[in-house]
Amino acid sequence: MAITHAHASGIGGMRAAGDLVARMHMSRGMRIQEAKAYGAEKLGVAVAELTDPIVMTEVRTDLGLGVLTPLPGVPKGIEAKFNIARVLDIDINCVKRFRERTKF
Amino acid sequence: MDQIFHRMGDGSAVEMSAKEIMTDLVEGSEDAAKRGEITPLAKEAYDYLLDIYSSPHKFISVEPGQEVILSYDAGTLKIRRVGVHVDRIQALQIYEKIMGADTMELSHVDYSYKPVKHIAGFEQPILEQALLGTHIPLFYGAQPNLGLYSQPDGPFPNPGELMPMGKIKEAQDSYEAAVEYLVKDIVFVASLMYESGADGINLDTTGGAGDADFMAALLATEKLKTKYPDICIELGMAGEFVLGMHSELTYKGERLAGMYPHEQVKMAEAAGATIFGPVCNTNTSKSAAWNLARAITYMKACCEVTSIPVHPNMGMGVGGVTVNDHPPVDVVSRSSAAMTTLCRLDGL
Repeated sequence: MAITHAHASGIGGMRAAGDLVARMHMSRGMRIQEAKAYGAEKLGVAVAELTDPIVMTEVRTDLGLGVLTPLPGVPKGIEAKFNIARVLDIDINCVKRFRERTKF
Repeated sequence: MDQIFHRMGDGSAVEMSAKEIMTDLVEGSEDAAKRGEITPLAKEAYDYLLDIYSSPHKFISVEPGQEVILSYDAGTLKIRRVGVHVDRIQALQIYEKIMGADTMELSHVDYSYKPVKHIAGFEQPILEQALLGTHIPLFYGAQPNLGLYSQPDGPFPNPGELMPMGKIKEAQDSYEAAVEYLVKDIVFVASLMYESGADGINLDTTGGAGDADFMAALLATEKLKTKYPDICIELGMAGEFVLGMHSELTYKGERLAGMYPHEQVKMAEAAGATIFGPVCNTNTSKSAAWNLARAITYMKACCEVTSIPVHPNMGMGVGGVTVNDHPPVDVVSRSSAAMTTLCRLDGL
C-alpha cells in the first residue's frame, strides 16, 4: 500500500526531492506549493524537476545531499544532512545535536 | 450500458453501471456534507471520479506537478507486522532507499506513549543511531491511547463500567484524571526523543478513546510547543468524528465531542501542531465510490480552513481505502490520486 501511494502521489523520497520538500513542511510549516517553490529555488531547479530522479540524482550528488546508490566518498547519512541544512538554510535537529556533542 | 469493475468497502469485487457509480458518488458526498454541515463536491469532481473509476487501467496516478509528501504512522512496526525480521534501523533504511518514503517514523511494537515511557532510554540510542545513518526526516511516534489509564490496565476507575451504573460524574472525573497522566507521559517521551534529535513527533490515532483522548493530545502538543518552539508535531486522528465519551470537554472554548475534520484541524492548529492528519472511516457495506466521495468531501473542507499542512490518513480502512490487510492497487491508486487531485492537501 505504501508503495502504491508513493507511485500514485508521492514526490519520490530520496529518489528525487521528497525528503527535502518534507523538511520545509516540518521545519517551517510550509504548505506544499510554498515548500516546493522554496526547495526548487534553493536547489537551483524548476519545481517540475523536484520529482525527476534523473535531474535530482545529479543535483543531490553535486550538492552532497545523499543519493539512493551511495558511491565511495560521497556524503552519506549525517554528513549529507549537514549539507541539506546548509543548502536549505534550515536547522536540522540531529545536525544541531551532533554539533553540540562533538563541539564541531 | 457496460458494467464497470468496482469494489465494495471491504475490497470485494462487484460490477456496477456508470449510473450506479455516479449515484453512489453523489450519495457518499452528500452523507458527509449533511453530517459535517459542509459543502458537497461539485459536478466536476463527480465527473473526474467517475472517469477514474471507469478507466480499465489497474493503476491511476496524479498528474505531474501535483505530487505530495508522504508521512507514515507506525512506520517500523509495519515491517515487523508482515513478518520481516529485520532490525528497526534496517526497516527505516528499507522505507528510505527502497519504498520511496519522503519521511519515516521510528516506533515501538507496543505503540502507545505509556508503555514507551518505561523503555524510552532504550529507544533513544536506536533513534540516535538511525539518525546518523539515514537521510530522510525521522519522526518518533506512538498513540496517546487513553484507554491504558483506566482499570484494569491503569490506575483510574473504568468509565466504561461507571457509565452503565449511572455514575456519569465519576466517569467524567476519571477521564479528566487520566488526561493529566497521559499528557505527562506524552511530554516525557516526546521530550526525550526530540532531545535525541528526532525531526518530528507523531501523535497517531488521536481521539481513539474519545474526546478526552483528543484533549490530551492537544494539551501535550501545546506543552511541547512551548518547551521546544521549533519542534514538529504531526497530530493524526483515529476517526472522522470525535466520540463524546466524556462529552463536555472543551479546548479554547470549543466542545471537542462531535467535531469533524474541518473543526478538529482548527484545534490542532491552535495547539501548535505542525501537520494534521484527518481521517474518514470506510464503510464496508458501501461501494468504493461512495466511500471515496465521502472521504474527499471531509478532507476538502478540512484543507480549506487551515494554514497548516494536512496529510489525510489513507491506510487500510480510511480515506476511501478498503478495509483489508492487503488493499488492492486499483482502489489505493484511485483513492490516492483522487484525494491528492481534488483537495488542497499537502501530503498523505
